[in-house]
Amino acid sequence: MTTQTLSEAANWKDGKRRLWMMGVLWPALPLISAALALSTGVGLFWWLTPVVIYGVLPLLDKLVGEDTNNAPESAVAALENDRYYRLATFLFIPVQYLSVIGGAWLAVRGGLPVPDILGLAVSVGLVSGAGINTAHELGHKRENLERWLARITLAPAMYGHFYVEHNRGHHVRVATPEDPASSRLGESFYAFWPRSVIGSLTSAWHLEKLRLERQGKSVWNWRNDNLQSWAMTLVLFGGLALWLGPIVLPFLIFQGFIGFSLLEVVNYLEHYGLVRQKEASGRYERCKPEHSWNSNHTVTNLMLYHLQRHSDHHANPMRRYQALRHFEQAPQLPSGYAGMIVVAMIPPLWRSLMDKRVLAHYNGDVTRANIHPPVREKILAQYGAAHPQSVEA
Amino acid sequence: MERYECNGCSYVYEAGKGDPHNGYPAGTPFSALPDDWCCPDCAVREKPDFVKLEETPA
Ligand SMILES: [Zn+2]
Repeated sequence: MTTQTLSEAANWKDGKRRLWMMGVLWPALPLISAALALSTGVGLFWWLTPVVIYGVLPLLDKLVGEDTNNAPESAVAALENDRYYRLATFLFIPVQYLSVIGGAWLAVRGGLPVPDILGLAVSVGLVSGAGINTAHELGHKRENLERWLARITLAPAMYGHFYVEHNRGHHVRVATPEDPASSRLGESFYAFWPRSVIGSLTSAWHLEKLRLERQGKSVWNWRNDNLQSWAMTLVLFGGLALWLGPIVLPFLIFQGFIGFSLLEVVNYLEHYGLVRQKEASGRYERCKPEHSWNSNHTVTNLMLYHLQRHSDHHANPMRRYQALRHFEQAPQLPSGYAGMIVVAMIPPLWRSLMDKRVLAHYNGDVTRANIHPPVREKILAQYGAAHPQSVEA
Repeated sequence: MERYECNGCSYVYEAGKGDPHNGYPAGTPFSALPDDWCCPDCAVREKPDFVKLEETPA
């Protein structure tokens, strides 16, 4: 290391350091909304969490704008070893569980009218969904503690198999037609949702089956990471059902459904239409910055631990969130993930905003995109490449 | 002992340790791993991406 890079590292300060604690606000939203609703008697406050996530965050992204600041490489090691950043993600978890358990208690014992319970369930579900994002940050690490916390954080969303499938399935096949969690040009969120939910589940099961078979064990073994993670959900839901009665189960299952659907809509926008080309050897080219959609919108980045710096995450999955970089050559979304998940739920709006960006990314050559097979002919006709073989010419 | 390093993260495969979690017991030589064997840490580099390091005394 030269003296210049040494002083560069010493002089560089992470402008977002304190702000990373804001991530804890998300799991606290249902608690804040309950306090407001119960103290004022205004039932609409039960819907505060979705209003903040789908409305206030996109607005703040627009107002606060973007942050493209990268830590100098020489500062990365110290930044990664600073345990403060780990603490910020760890703190998410007790607040998340307080929201899930408190929400379940209020739903059963709170004497609330059905619309209020619905608002509460959606709110708790959005916390469980954000929990998958926190688990995602933790689950990529080498340390056993973080890996265990990842699975505890996944339990309320009933998505324990994400721990297996995301690292060993999605990261391996990202931006290829084989990946259930990479969305395709012309595929609506509502077509993607069942393909990703079912495909990820079967892939996770298959990965563990192969792994255990290599160890000479059956897939029905307590060492199966899927079974272990699902058992955590069973213990959580079972414990709450013993305490509050089985009537709590519809609430828990509904919020879990909202939770993993939030993950799936985020999955949907991360790689839409992007694809890795096959090399002569038959292997896919390595995942590059141009294979993920990014956003530098500051507020959503703070809420999601830099998940939107997605290209660097796929290139360097072990890199901690505080050190993830913005790449100039990475395709950029028109808004932060918070705004884009709303757009994704309205397919015509999504297509009108995003198809042209996929096309521009491939310099107008639609045949280079990851096209949804059922609408392939339509897409080729629509975007002016009716003869796919012309790409060879 | 033969050692191979992932070119994406700092994981090093040592035959003496193997990769038991993924079903390759201690003593499995690097050459016996299948081509689609993935780095157990980062999962985005496969066997052909690994770089041979200097051998250590066994
Ligand atoms: Zn690696």
